[in-house]
Amino acid sequence: MLAVDGVSKRFGGLMAVDSATLSLEPGGIVGLIGPNGAGKTTLFSMISGFIAPTDGRIRFEGTDITSEEPHRRAERGIGRTFQIVQPFAGLTVCENIAVGAYLRHAKRADATAKAREVARRVGLGAELDRPAGGLTVAGRKRLELARALATEPKLLLLDEVLAGLNPSEIRDIIPVIRGIRDEGVTILMIEHVMQAVMNLCERVYVLAQGRMIAEGRPAAVCADARVIEAYLGHGAAARLKAEGAAHG
Amino acid sequence: MTARDLIPIAVLAVLAALLPLVVTSSTVLNFLVFTLIVSLGAQGWNILGGFGGQFSFGHAAFFGTGAYVTAILQLRYGVNAWAGLALATAAGALVGWVIGFLSFRSGLRGSYFALVTLAFAEVFRILANAASFTGGAAGLLIKLDVRPANLQFDDRAVFYWLVLAFVTATLLLTRWIQRSRFGAQLVAVRENEDAAKALGVDSLKVKLRAIALSGAVTALSGCLYAQYFLYIDANIAYGSWISVELLLAPIIGGVGTVFGPVVGALTLHGLGEVAKQFAGRIPGIDLIVFGGVLVLAVAFARGGILGLLERLRDRGRGMVTRGTKEVSHAGR
Ligand SMILES: Nc1ncnc2c1ncn2[C@@H]1O[C@H](COP(=O)(O)OP(=O)(O)OP(=O)(O)O)[C@@H](O)[C@H]1O
Ligand SMILES: [Mg+2]
Repeated sequence: MLAVDGVSKRFGGLMAVDSATLSLEPGGIVGLIGPNGAGKTTLFSMISGFIAPTDGRIRFEGTDITSEEPHRRAERGIGRTFQIVQPFAGLTVCENIAVGAYLRHAKRADATAKAREVARRVGLGAELDRPAGGLTVAGRKRLELARALATEPKLLLLDEVLAGLNPSEIRDIIPVIRGIRDEGVTILMIEHVMQAVMNLCERVYVLAQGRMIAEGRPAAVCADARVIEAYLGHGAAARLKAEGAAHG
Repeated sequence: MTARDLIPIAVLAVLAALLPLVVTSSTVLNFLVFTLIVSLGAQGWNILGGFGGQFSFGHAAFFGTGAYVTAILQLRYGVNAWAGLALATAAGALVGWVIGFLSFRSGLRGSYFALVTLAFAEVFRILANAASFTGGAAGLLIKLDVRPANLQFDDRAVFYWLVLAFVTATLLLTRWIQRSRFGAQLVAVRENEDAAKALGVDSLKVKLRAIALSGAVTALSGCLYAQYFLYIDANIAYGSWISVELLLAPIIGGVGTVFGPVVGALTLHGLGEVAKQFAGRIPGIDLIVFGGVLVLAVAFARGGILGLLERLRDRGRGMVTRGTKEVSHAGR
């Protein structure tokens, strides 16, 4: 469904993404993890069309979309959320979500109905008429999710939708994400909350310093020496192993 | 659009239409016609600036184009005044689209866009002032020939009704924008362009549509101005005075609301007239009043007069006062 092929992005002297390759089959939840500054958000921005890659190609359902505008990709069915939430602060929650719903529903009544339905689904049903600018952090994250969902995407890119939420809020939202997957939407999610990654993802990709260093089942990837080193520093894997041996 | 959306517009239009039956003073009618012409141009500004968030400092570019197109078509090519009106409006849309294409495609926004529109208006003013085709500094006189076919009426009230009809039509257009997909996308682009794009909004197309509509409505007001006073020159048609009025009226009345531009134009001109009555010997007293009202609006009523009323109403109902930001589309 999505094929990212050797994609790179250079910001001046910095290779934010360095020849990253990734491919998604329809259905399922795939994770994208990696330390801060690894280039995860940059990769999302290239898939959704906000940043043009310096190199490499991106295909969606067999079509090369590397140089397509973001709104065209949204029409094709690629939805995204923003790590730094971007609400339409002056509009109500319902109006915010309706903007997404208008993509596939030209009539106001239909778009509004769709918006209400999506709002209820992500737990914003009680806040429909509140100004989006007045939502809590958790509320804004839900709003990001709701707006993207209202575009009825085939592929949903979630950029840290759980960050900043407390454990009980995370527990509330995990079933929502699973529900979206069950409807047949393919999900690629960037996430730092490992408990959620373990819980939700069938497969994860690990990006470190712009390079894709590992891919596979979450448990296997977390035990991978390269991944541990990427997170904890050079030699960490060996140290952990030694400690494990000492305790064992 | 529902009945609730339309009734306030209908009521206002009917009440305003009855005015000439009560008021017969030609000074008052003159004042009303001029104020309505400014409201119409300001409604044009509000489509782009209020709903689209693209503040133009140079709407004179459209006002003047409307005025010159109809005058030149009538004088040089013998075109009928009604056809001139239609073509002037179309020319406004075209000029809007071209200015929009040049600036939005290169990603201009905020103060850069404002300055570019100002530059266009100034260039047009200088060209119109210099070229003999546009009558140069002497300006253009539309031939006095009072016949309805020429869009000239011996009764001022008829012209008043005509302008009122266009103002009402534009109120309806604005209400439609507010209730349509196009309007939702336009407001989304104003609030956050990247978020809008991610939701499938073609922001360039939406902004181009808005500026074309905006240019058309403001050009129509310029055309009506030329048709009413039968004389224009570059400093009137493309002068910065009109750019300023078209931007002040919606800001004072309530930016991004349906009635804001009309309320703002009436307030500004009403206060300007009152000031002239009391201190007519001080030159530019009305401009001083405009400035004062603007300062008050910016300091105490960020959503303009309508925003202020809305907040007072909310407070009256004991609701929690909402922030200043959402007041900008209080458009009830
Ligand atoms: N527009 C930009 N211009 C210059 N450098 C940028 C830009 N965007 C990102 N970077 C840099 O590229 C690198 C990757 O950033 P990115 O935001 O993609 O990381 P990330 O993996 O999403 O990190 P985090 O987990 O903190 O969100 C960082 O070093 C960042 O500073
Ligand atoms: Mg990031």
